[in-house]
Amino acid sequence: MSQYTRKGVNKDMAALDGKHFGLDKVLTIICFVILFIIVFVPVAMIFYVTFISDGKLDTHLFTEVIADKGNIGAMWNTIKVALGATLIGTVMGVFFAWLVGRSDIPTKGFMKVMFDIPYMFPPFFGAMAWDLMLNRRSGYINKWIVATFGIKRSPLNINSVWGIIFVECCYYFPFVYKQVVNAFERMDPTLEESARIAGASQGYVIRKITLPLVKPAISAGALLILTSSLAHFGVPGMLGFSAKIYTLPTKIYQLFYRTTGSFEGIREGSALSILLILVVVAALILQKYLLRAGSYDIIKGKATRPMLIKLRGAKVPLLILAYIILFIIVVMPLAMIILVGFLKAYGLPITLANMTLDNYKQVLFNNTMVADSIKNSIFLSISAGIICMFLGVMVAYVIVKVKPKGAIVLELLSLLPYAIPGIVMAIGVILTWSGRFKVNLYNTIWIILVAYLARYLSFSMKSASASLQQVHPSLEEAARSCGASHFGSLKDITIPLIKPAMVAGFFLIFLPAMRELTTSVLLYGPNSRTLGVAIFSLRNDGYITTASALAAIAILLIVILNSIVNAILKDRKKG
Amino acid sequence: MAGVRFENITCRYGNHVVLKNFSLEVKESEIMGIVGPSGCGKTTLMRALCGFMKPETGNIYLDNRLVYSASKRVNIAPELRGIGVVFQDYAVWPHLSVWDNVCYPLKRHKVPKAEMEKRAAHALEQVHMTGYEKHLPSQLSGGQQQRVAIARALVSSDELIVLDEPITNLDAKLREEMLAEIQRIQKDIGTTIIYITHDQAAALRLCDNIAVMAPDGHICQIGVDEDIIRRPADRFVFTFVGVSNFIPVICRSGKVFTENGEYPVDTALSDMQEGGRYDLGVRPMDIVFDEKSELKVTIKSVTFLGDQYDYFVDFNGQELRIECNALDALSHRVYEEGEKIGVKFLNVRYYPREEGTAS
Repeated sequence: MSQYTRKGVNKDMAALDGKHFGLDKVLTIICFVILFIIVFVPVAMIFYVTFISDGKLDTHLFTEVIADKGNIGAMWNTIKVALGATLIGTVMGVFFAWLVGRSDIPTKGFMKVMFDIPYMFPPFFGAMAWDLMLNRRSGYINKWIVATFGIKRSPLNINSVWGIIFVECCYYFPFVYKQVVNAFERMDPTLEESARIAGASQGYVIRKITLPLVKPAISAGALLILTSSLAHFGVPGMLGFSAKIYTLPTKIYQLFYRTTGSFEGIREGSALSILLILVVVAALILQKYLLRAGSYDIIKGKATRPMLIKLRGAKVPLLILAYIILFIIVVMPLAMIILVGFLKAYGLPITLANMTLDNYKQVLFNNTMVADSIKNSIFLSISAGIICMFLGVMVAYVIVKVKPKGAIVLELLSLLPYAIPGIVMAIGVILTWSGRFKVNLYNTIWIILVAYLARYLSFSMKSASASLQQVHPSLEEAARSCGASHFGSLKDITIPLIKPAMVAGFFLIFLPAMRELTTSVLLYGPNSRTLGVAIFSLRNDGYITTASALAAIAILLIVILNSIVNAILKDRKKG
Repeated sequence: MAGVRFENITCRYGNHVVLKNFSLEVKESEIMGIVGPSGCGKTTLMRALCGFMKPETGNIYLDNRLVYSASKRVNIAPELRGIGVVFQDYAVWPHLSVWDNVCYPLKRHKVPKAEMEKRAAHALEQVHMTGYEKHLPSQLSGGQQQRVAIARALVSSDELIVLDEPITNLDAKLREEMLAEIQRIQKDIGTTIIYITHDQAAALRLCDNIAVMAPDGHICQIGVDEDIIRRPADRFVFTFVGVSNFIPVICRSGKVFTENGEYPVDTALSDMQEGGRYDLGVRPMDIVFDEKSELKVTIKSVTFLGDQYDYFVDFNGQELRIECNALDALSHRVYEEGEKIGVKFLNVRYYPREEGTAS
């Protein structure tokens, strides 16, 4: 076969070698291009705009921004809030996880359902509800305290750093709770039993055996709280503005709107974004350092029946405590939002005489802004979910199965959005998609979609890659040897096998996108408000009863969608 | 019905060379066994043959068709090589029923529906899986999944089937049946079969020719079963194909002596070196009791296994294993613990002593 010319050989290779010159290569290139455009360019633009001015390196703006007293204050607030929420949220999460996972406390099933509620519901709804109750001047509870105790000013004030920490805790503690309950339920009970047999007391076992074993789960949950809280906009956005308390995300928002979206404002926002990224990256490094020595393999994948700890005399007080906390963090805000939604005007006493259905009617039938926002949110969540589902599978396939040179770059790019707060991503997206590169999506719904893709791609990518790792290469190879082309083996074998993970990946994106505020609050235009933005702006414009009614409807919508999702996922597990 | 030829195949994973300049020819319509310990590169060889990995050097021919060549840059896609494969981990697709698993290769080869159904049903019958058509793999045991994988390989090629440890998960009786079935299919259709295993007994039972691979991936010996058993090419093959006793010996003035006790064991072979140290290899069944012999052993334990007696004896401070046919033992007598008796070594083989390999 020596008659092959060099050119001919190459052509021949391309035709024959389906595995390394065909589909895999095309997929790899597509992944690099897409991730480059939707993730890398926005992030790079933030740095470019901050440090390059008129084509020259210019650190002037950045040093100015980090020297600014207001910005430094915002940075400290961000750190204070995040640390406070992480600490208290972690303690709460571990306590409830232990109570539900390992003690013999009654009504566990009910408690589990209750803990799912704060998980589903966007924290800024909670912030709104608590503002209705504990606003220094007009909060219902504060008014009641002033009236009952005859004092001039209530000691409680939700519009404070502590108020923000409190509300974030209420919604972020499930991150730790869920991780730890899961670990508790999978822990090998013989580890504890053998310690008891060896003569250790109950308390000693909890301190020296149980807690160290679930430490990785605790730190994973705590890290989630920390990074979410650092990047969080909703709660400080709802509670902080009136008291002039800013965190970095709300400061970026404020800067952006004070300058009404002018380029100088965006530049300053970019510089501030870099500061926020630095804080988040520092937190990630700190966590990596703290977790260095914490990997145990003693927790089994199988569900076992751990021995339950008898609470004896502590049972009733702990049960009461648990229900009081649940009442405060779940029932009160929910009830408040629904009730205020019925009020004729905010500030009126909550009595039947002051109730009306008008707000709900108006929200549902007469307000085009609201109707549009619901439509927009549904459109955005479904399309972001579907697009990310397919992109995520493609990226995961390239990273897990094709393993090209530079796979690590691809992986880093796809996970980068984890470290990039939503509001920062929004700034990057504005810089990228406002005509600078010949495409102007500003003020349209498409810019929000692009931002969602960048933010959420990593969710579906992770879900798909975990599932792809379970698909042994021989399954695909068996199809090849049975006569399937590379594409055929993907279509017939690999994709059907990871379908459940794809569906899960879709919902992982669909649900958070439905209640998203942080990114869209910077990107919305007159016709592209999302549900979150609609509630946020109604409330900030003083339409508090209308905002509450819409929030109540949104909660209902989220609960319904969530139950549908759970039903579908449960069905899949059974089948 | 295709022969296979590997020429100078070199494969490596990272810095670890698995196969180096490996060459092997499998003739048309034969059952070639490739046996070797875990990690010797058997599966790598299979993957190179099927087109799942690219060797660094060398050529692979399927029936004189060049399917892979590193130098000529030829690499035929796996689906165009027409090889049926049974994977070590079965690779039965968990989302398809048994029937769909077996029909898949036929669908891919665009076999008409009526014929497809006939062939799939026949293949399932051959592996004794009729009646399980609607089951999903998760409802089957490991052995049943293995049989589905065999059925799927049977319908996917008449030319060449590669079986990578196909019957490890079957119980002894089914394993026998399956081996007989594979042999029968091969006789009927004449498919070339490459049978990869670490189980030398199954390979001896099934294969026309056997290639024994050493842990470093080179082929120690290729031959028919009798060659491998009667004339193992080297110490590795000797140990690999059966239980073995090794006795360190030394060659002096034309005779072989035990190394420490100075017992004369045998007369030296012509190619043995004067003063050379060797290992005398002998199978447990080739040590026979002979009360007249000067070589004495002390019985340490006796076990009755139904058709044979297993003795562990002390010879010169070294433990040896002796197997004795139950009939022979009973017609003569069964020795008891502590007894000292003479023995003779039959069919001995000598291997030059390697440092650090004294048994």
